[in-house]
Amino acid sequence: MKSLKSLLRWESMLGVLLVAEFAFFAAVSAHFLDVWTLSDATFNFTERALVALPLALLIIAGEIDISVAAIIALASVAMGLAASYGLDTPMLVAVGVVTGSLAGMINGALVTFGRVPSIVATIGTMTLFRGAAYAILGDRVLKNYPASFSVFGQGYAFGPVSIELCLFVVFAMGFGALLHFTRWGRCVYAIGANPIAARWSGISIDRYKFALFTVTGLFSGLAAVMLTSRLGSTRPTIAQGWELEIISMVVLGGVSVRGGQGSIVGVVLAAIILGFVNFGLGLLNVPGIAMSIVVGTLLIVAVAVPAVAQRWPMFRLDKAH
Amino acid sequence: MSAAVLSLSGIQKSFAGTRALRDAHLSLYAGEVCALVGENGAGKSTLVRVLSGLLQPDAGDIQLDGRSLRIGGVDHARELGISVVHQECMVFDNLSVAENIFVAGRPSQRRLVAWRAMHERASVILRQLDADFDPDMLAGELSVAQKHIVQIARALTTDARVMILDEPTASLSHREVSDLFRIVSKLKAAGCAVLFITHKFEEIFAIADRYAVFRDGTSVGDGQVSDVDRDTMIRLMVGRDVEQLFPKLPTTIGEELLRVERLSRAGEFEDISFSVHGGEIVGVYGLVGAGRTELAQVLFGLTRADTGNISVKGQRVSIDSPAQAVKHGLALVPEDRQQQGAILQFTIADNICLPNLQTLAPRGFLGRARESALADQWTASLQVKSRDSQQNVADLSGGNQQKVVIAKWLARNPSVLILDEPTKGIDVGAKSAVHAVTSEFAQRGNGVLMISSELPEIMGMSDRILVMRRGRLRAQFKRSEATAEGIIRAATDA
Amino acid sequence: MPERIDYLPMQPTMPPSRRRFSATAQRDTALALVTLSLFIGVTIAFPQFAQPTNLAEVLDDSALLILLALGQMLVILSRGIDLSIAANLALSGMIAALFNRSFPDVGIVAVMGIATVSGAALGAINGLLVWKLKLPPIVVTLGTMSVYRGCIYLLSHGTWINDNELSRGFLSFVQVKFLGLTSLSWIAIVASAFALAAMRHTNSGRNFYAAGDNPSAAANVGIDAGRMQFIAYTLCGAIAGLCGYLWVARFAVAYTDIALGFELQVIAACLIGGIAVAGGSGSVIGVLLGCLFIGVIRNAIPLVGISPFWQMLINGIVIVVAALLGARGRERGRVILEPDRAAP
Repeated sequence: MKSLKSLLRWESMLGVLLVAEFAFFAAVSAHFLDVWTLSDATFNFTERALVALPLALLIIAGEIDISVAAIIALASVAMGLAASYGLDTPMLVAVGVVTGSLAGMINGALVTFGRVPSIVATIGTMTLFRGAAYAILGDRVLKNYPASFSVFGQGYAFGPVSIELCLFVVFAMGFGALLHFTRWGRCVYAIGANPIAARWSGISIDRYKFALFTVTGLFSGLAAVMLTSRLGSTRPTIAQGWELEIISMVVLGGVSVRGGQGSIVGVVLAAIILGFVNFGLGLLNVPGIAMSIVVGTLLIVAVAVPAVAQRWPMFRLDKAH
Repeated sequence: MSAAVLSLSGIQKSFAGTRALRDAHLSLYAGEVCALVGENGAGKSTLVRVLSGLLQPDAGDIQLDGRSLRIGGVDHARELGISVVHQECMVFDNLSVAENIFVAGRPSQRRLVAWRAMHERASVILRQLDADFDPDMLAGELSVAQKHIVQIARALTTDARVMILDEPTASLSHREVSDLFRIVSKLKAAGCAVLFITHKFEEIFAIADRYAVFRDGTSVGDGQVSDVDRDTMIRLMVGRDVEQLFPKLPTTIGEELLRVERLSRAGEFEDISFSVHGGEIVGVYGLVGAGRTELAQVLFGLTRADTGNISVKGQRVSIDSPAQAVKHGLALVPEDRQQQGAILQFTIADNICLPNLQTLAPRGFLGRARESALADQWTASLQVKSRDSQQNVADLSGGNQQKVVIAKWLARNPSVLILDEPTKGIDVGAKSAVHAVTSEFAQRGNGVLMISSELPEIMGMSDRILVMRRGRLRAQFKRSEATAEGIIRAATDA
Repeated sequence: MPERIDYLPMQPTMPPSRRRFSATAQRDTALALVTLSLFIGVTIAFPQFAQPTNLAEVLDDSALLILLALGQMLVILSRGIDLSIAANLALSGMIAALFNRSFPDVGIVAVMGIATVSGAALGAINGLLVWKLKLPPIVVTLGTMSVYRGCIYLLSHGTWINDNELSRGFLSFVQVKFLGLTSLSWIAIVASAFALAAMRHTNSGRNFYAAGDNPSAAANVGIDAGRMQFIAYTLCGAIAGLCGYLWVARFAVAYTDIALGFELQVIAACLIGGIAVAGGSGSVIGVLLGCLFIGVIRNAIPLVGISPFWQMLINGIVIVVAALLGARGRERGRVILEPDRAAP
């Protein structure tokens, strides 16, 4: 938490990257700068970015959750079952969000009460939640969602601005304010920077960690609502591999996996960058699987840059902390 | 006198701008024990790392048998016959004792590890050291003292001509120390040159033939132990007389603030009862590992007592977490300021504000101005030497880091401040600043519980002295009744 | 303060501790008993399960898991984790398949060599990033996992390589039987025996334990923990590469998504087998038992009449329970308090 100037170094680099990306796609595709094209493109990141926001806080606090995509699948299956019992839209949303929160609480309980390292705990629950989705659905597909349910993933708040995008903007501002301007946010940084000193300063770090896992689960449930509503169907493979893209957004956003560093601005920028890479390459007819090379490389580069800078100080870029 | 086996001259070593060694000289002779003394931060450990091949000096000359050489690495040092027993526990918890001893060169037969031979040779070495544990045990099951013996045994597996023991007695009981001294005598008799690093004077006079004193990374004196007395050595170490260090202010003892009754925690301490009054500084003396830190951790809610009561201002309280301890008006300045006390990546202001966020931001939202004001007020009153309160704590010297940790708790205005080794490893100036602020704090009618292994500090600062040994309270002294002999006897008598 | 203190002569202070049954051995025995009772339970309900031919099939089915878990064990022992192991397998398998399609006449040994070398190279990339740049293993291998998958697509242009495009020698190698067991099973048996011996009786094997147990202490005795991590990743990659060929030969097809998510089963086998993620602790026997445990469950599920879609859920439950039990066992107290005789 130094001066504003150094706080924004990593983020301004992301900003430059984003502008360059826009310029590139605008140059190679004539349709790119159309308002509705751009609006379409936002669907490539809004759902994942909704999860990236609380996950950023969790990673800043020094933990990790790789079960987020499995939680999305489980929540989606829960909603699908609820829909097949004829529940209406508000209830379906509640089912999705509650399922996600409960799954997050399981992660939180394993890490805080069970003292299991979060990597192991969430590798386990990732298998568990995805496995539960498979066990419940098998090779079936659930698709009898009420018509009104489609509004979350397909509806528009005003003009070309989708409901998903609106929600993302609102929550991004909320999480930004929480992390950067409140004492709770300060404690999140403290826990990540030095959990021992934080606890010895009177911060109930287990309470924070449990809450962060729960909120991450809750937002995974919310993302499941959006995604299921947009696709209109649930398979056990839904959101497969999303944990990689969500974690990539967080890490590319300048959040240190070792905890204690990062900002919401960075995560938002990284989410937009990754979303538009996805979309832009789609415009250029690059298949989805090839995207994973870009995402994987970006993830490694994002963690490697600070490490390289540390070894060779002339490349130093200050991250926010 | 015969020529030195190992001699160092003009050794320099800097880390990121701080000069750990400025001009270090040292000579070791075969069959002699040389005690290396100096305050924490004097450069002793850096010198050990240079000798063990873990660090390369920036300048200076190392001679073995009169020939200049460079110690290229850990393996090279071992080949040269330099063995090191490090201060930290360098054992592998999941490996057996025997394998720990031979980890650098396991006995092997046809390129396979010869477990039976390893076991037998380990037994022999352990018997030589009079160790009473089985070489097949996992090292993780050993006590700290036994782990040190394992490390000494490891050092003995190579033909050590130079044996370096880095504060080996720091966490040993009296009896264990005497065991260690017997081992050292054996090494000496075998013609080994021993470098014994310590800051306990009685040990120097009991075991060493020669001494060398370091201060601020520089050699400030050496010679035969028989030629010096304790006061001379202290003057060399500290650079001035000790008496002027303690600015103890007169106080009036007020009401009882903290009362501890029959507090016990399995395996750590038992049946501890005492109280701390307003205006009073209660010193807790004991060897490292006597259970003092563990007691402080229970008082601060970091661990829980099995039985016993804690009362604050006459009210029985149960303290399950540091958060609750803080609510009850307790504060703890921990022993390890870099790990437990301060968040190094945070600024001074953020560190000072951390325990005070609830008062600074009652509705949750932070105000930078309020934070800076609080931080500036306390950095000024503790004379923290820094550019401004926006500097990172990592960039401060140890003494100033400690001042920040104390400031963050004083800003919270606790009624009882627990200090665990408050001046360990900080320079003399910072030390007297810490003592001054502690004294003032007590004079304002608050209580202080000060844990320290430094006898002059305990005797200089305390109104009452508690002595702990092996998890039990052994003696209490009023300030007027306390004598060094009495305290030491209570702390060490087996 | 007295200037000299007379030190007492040595007396034994503690009763000599007896040789103890180590925690690892205890855990291995418990797991062996659980696996055995699971096996007996299934056999009582379905006697055909214990028939030699079925057991040989269970072993054949578990062979790839065993090989990969041995590689993963090395990585976890040295304080890493390899999430890219299945992607590495798939990419190396694709390379082997493409090579065989182009040069069907080149012998099987060369194909295995190519797969192994490609796997080792991919593993070495993980290892270098973790060793030289000190990057967190989970992030590195999550990244390479996705890069390697993407590379398969680039190499194969998204197509499948089917059995009719692969040479007979390529496909039949894994089915060659010797003493009733397939060559795949024999490879797993030989690898297990080798791992048992190497991890217990060679200096290099022991150094993996030392490096993962306490890296700074390892540095003090001349073992470079980072380098051991690099070697672990490279060896794990080499195994994954070889398994890539074996996998393609066994299932007679190569495409982008083979072994998708299999890394979780491999990690599950290690965690069930008692390999501690904190590094430095665990045994080859434990890993083998963990693999057998999963193998027995996987092969019993269809017999018992549970849908195979339950396999993943069961694995998840087992990992979580194993992790919880492992975390319990780790807490160890210090002993300061003196025996009561010294009370004043």
